[in-house]
Amino acid sequence: MHRSSYLAGKLGWAAFTILFVIVLNFFLFRILPGDPARAGIRDPRLTAQAQQAIRERFGLDQPVINCFESLNPLTLGNCAVNPLDTQFFIYASNLLRGELGISYHTNRPVLDILGERLWNTLLLIGAGQVLAIVLGMAVGVLAAWKAHTPVDYTALGFSLLAWSLPTFWLGIILLFWGSTYLGLPIGGKVTPGMVYANSWEQLADLARHLFLPSLTYTIVFLGEYMLIMRSTLVDVLSEDYILTAKAKGLTHFQILKDHALKNAMLPMVTIIALNLGFTVAGAVQIESVFSWPGLGGAIFEAVNRRDYPMLQGAFLLLAISVIVANLIADLLYGYLDPRVQAD
Amino acid sequence: MMTEVTPHAHKQPLLEVKRLSVDYVDPSQPPAQALRDLTFTLHRGEALGVVGESGCGKSTLMLALMRLLPAAGRIVGGSVRLDDIELLALSEREMAALRWKRLAMIFQGAMNALNPVRTVGDQIAEAIRLHEDASDARALDRRVGELLDLVGIAASRRNQYPFQYSGGMRQRAMIAMALACSPDIVIADEPTTALDVMIQAQILQLLADLRRQLNLSILLVTHDLGIVAELCDRVLVMYGGALAEYAGVDAIYNAPAHPYTQELLKAFPDPTRPLQRLASIPGSPPRLNDLPPGCRFAPRCPQVFDRCHLTPPRVYAITSDHLASCFLVETQQTRGARHE
Amino acid sequence: METTAAGYRGVWARLRRNPMGMIGLIMLVVAIGVAVLAPWISPYDPHAVTRVNILDIYQPPSPAHWFGTDDAGRDVLSNFLYGARVSLTVGFFASFISVTVGGLIGISAGFLGGRTEGILMRFTDIMLVIPDLPLAVVIVALTKPSLTNIILVIGLLGWTGTARLVRAQTLSVKQRKFVVRARAIGAGNSYIIRRHIFPLVLPLIVVNTVLVISLAILNESTLSFLGLGDPATLSWGQMLNYAFTRGAMSAGAWWALVVPGFGIVWVVLSCTLLGQGLEQALNPRLTTHHLAADRTLKNLPRWELEPTPVEQAGNV
Repeated sequence: MHRSSYLAGKLGWAAFTILFVIVLNFFLFRILPGDPARAGIRDPRLTAQAQQAIRERFGLDQPVINCFESLNPLTLGNCAVNPLDTQFFIYASNLLRGELGISYHTNRPVLDILGERLWNTLLLIGAGQVLAIVLGMAVGVLAAWKAHTPVDYTALGFSLLAWSLPTFWLGIILLFWGSTYLGLPIGGKVTPGMVYANSWEQLADLARHLFLPSLTYTIVFLGEYMLIMRSTLVDVLSEDYILTAKAKGLTHFQILKDHALKNAMLPMVTIIALNLGFTVAGAVQIESVFSWPGLGGAIFEAVNRRDYPMLQGAFLLLAISVIVANLIADLLYGYLDPRVQAD
Repeated sequence: MMTEVTPHAHKQPLLEVKRLSVDYVDPSQPPAQALRDLTFTLHRGEALGVVGESGCGKSTLMLALMRLLPAAGRIVGGSVRLDDIELLALSEREMAALRWKRLAMIFQGAMNALNPVRTVGDQIAEAIRLHEDASDARALDRRVGELLDLVGIAASRRNQYPFQYSGGMRQRAMIAMALACSPDIVIADEPTTALDVMIQAQILQLLADLRRQLNLSILLVTHDLGIVAELCDRVLVMYGGALAEYAGVDAIYNAPAHPYTQELLKAFPDPTRPLQRLASIPGSPPRLNDLPPGCRFAPRCPQVFDRCHLTPPRVYAITSDHLASCFLVETQQTRGARHE
Repeated sequence: METTAAGYRGVWARLRRNPMGMIGLIMLVVAIGVAVLAPWISPYDPHAVTRVNILDIYQPPSPAHWFGTDDAGRDVLSNFLYGARVSLTVGFFASFISVTVGGLIGISAGFLGGRTEGILMRFTDIMLVIPDLPLAVVIVALTKPSLTNIILVIGLLGWTGTARLVRAQTLSVKQRKFVVRARAIGAGNSYIIRRHIFPLVLPLIVVNTVLVISLAILNESTLSFLGLGDPATLSWGQMLNYAFTRGAMSAGAWWALVVPGFGIVWVVLSCTLLGQGLEQALNPRLTTHHLAADRTLKNLPRWELEPTPVEQAGNV
């Protein structure tokens, strides 16, 4: 397959999926009770002017979409209206301008809040995910190489147990232990009110806050990556070309390094991408437990505060992040697999 | 019945295999006797064909010689000597150093025998780097080019991946890789299965040419007697993990002594008599973990008699280089002796 | 056909020899037993109306309360035993929905092929990419958090994996001779699916169901922990939510945090182990590889060879 057509196909698919998510995000909130726009004009936390501004911004006087005045309660309407005047179109064009609405709780634009939080989530996921992937693959390689020995069984047992731990519960237990016995902070990203003498101190404070959440992350995902790596590598090591490599006189180490790992990496990349949904689920739980100011925590807070614009925005951003990460994984696959890059 | 091997007969053989026996262990069953007391020799420049139905232990033999048996395989006895080195007594590290340098292998089905994510040239160069001084990158590159050239692949295709090669080219590349370190012996395990007839013929011709050019010793494993006739000097016919008949190629084709060899030849189309019906041997090979007490071939043998069911026959010598494991040989010999 | 009664007996025989699978099965049976027997084995009735006494809150474990008390002074052990009912109910019903939807989509896509397959699998791919938990949170938050809603949401979001697996299996079964033959003699689609496809896809569905149950239970506990549980019930996730948000941390009441989590881990682990065991029992395959093989010389005798039979024969 040519690389350019592979690329174009993946990009097109990602764009289509994002479009689907945008449509879903609009209708979900219109069909289920709790439309953020309409809830907003009744929310006592907003002033009369703010409510009027929402009414205009979201075109609440307009039909939801052609033929439907409203979806909840279901009211049929005129099919001949100009599509540009429907709520759906106004929503879409708002979105294009980065307009995600105003948070009820903070009265700030949702996009601004989420923009700050996206980086915190990336920091947390990045730290935990890199550790989990590196450690998980290392242990997985060891377990596969020593398949059906005590080393393998120990790793397998640990992984199955780690897989069965609810992420939030592991977080709670580690938080309880860390804050009681290690004097680690009980949450957040920085110590409130702390004045830093220099940026090293600031970094150290961040590291202290990041330690427990990323440890939780690592433990939960370590087992999973280890299991995947192990089974993938056992398959690869059963292939004929490994026997060829052995016949050539390569040592086990050389075979693993030069012949097995790259082949095992291909399915690994795909599976890591398929697991991104779990990664995000993990972020929601960990950020909720550790009050980490990220996107996942935003969902938790938005639910508890009935802050619908925040909920809608955070979900949209999370979903798009996963789609983009998936796309990156696909592109990485195209880079790793010579069968794709041949032109 | 003289074959061209006879001049070597008194020299020390390059490879000498004595009473090699391999079991496959399975905790829930008695071990499968995949190879029993196999004895043969291979001289420098000689091509030996190893023939038998699938499951007769051919592939096990190849893997045992390279000490590459799968986890369940156990070499339970015997000796494999390469010149004066006892291969079965080497440490794993010593054995690894010797693999490919002296004993190289062409695997069956080259599709999976080459690593799909590395270029062909790189995989050939790897073998050289491993066993020879390859500090001169340009010399190494030249050598890879020469090797590909030798097997009829344009040197410019060295940077391509196996999937960009046709089936026949992959097999050629595999042969080039096997020759990379100028080994003494090349073991070819069904090198032409999965290839179409034209390509088969090309590959066989290539092997024959290379053998003459490089004075290679070849151990050719196949179920196809036609290939053996084209390429080999001597033939080892195996049945149920043991030697059935071992002789020069003329003797095997013109005066087969073992009923199994005779049946195999009937199953093999004779180009001079194109309308002859192809025979197939009724029954199936023995289960290796439940062998008959007598001759392994007895249940399928058309010339079977009582004694065959009681004890396994020894290996009898018809001439100094024609061996067969069958009571018929003994009977004929004693009868012949009586006549004299 | 492979799925005869004898075939299933073979699977059971292999499962019985599989330590992982048996441990999982026993753990699951224990959990179901606890859920069923909760009213008889609980020391207290969690539904009883009692007045909260400030002194009863977060009492450490004692003979009266083996696992201490929670934020409302209730017995943690009793809540824990009753909580098994909620988790297992959600697990079983939600996974039933997931597996039914996923199975139908997978079999239709695999069997019908063509356009239907294209559309169904594209839809599956999209649903696979959209992160389930945030979507579940959004939907449950917008509707009323009730047990039925939770079951529906978890069930209707958790079918993608099943659909992909079942489709792949259907595709391979479809190629089998007896299916091709049945089609050739003009058997109807629904007949072929019922008689030929379904029986061969079923074992895979069973293994998958066990794993889907564990995912559903994890999802239920997460939703409940995030404050989206049914207020009328008390699941393990809700116990953790109450303990975590109502000061168990600062009170040092580890029992209120550890015990419910232990329940979740127990059930999820049991399903995971059982699923692994079932899978190995259904697809017994050689899991050794080329690098696990360097033990071939273990039993090698010394090189003292008797004279070979060839030499003896040569003297005849």
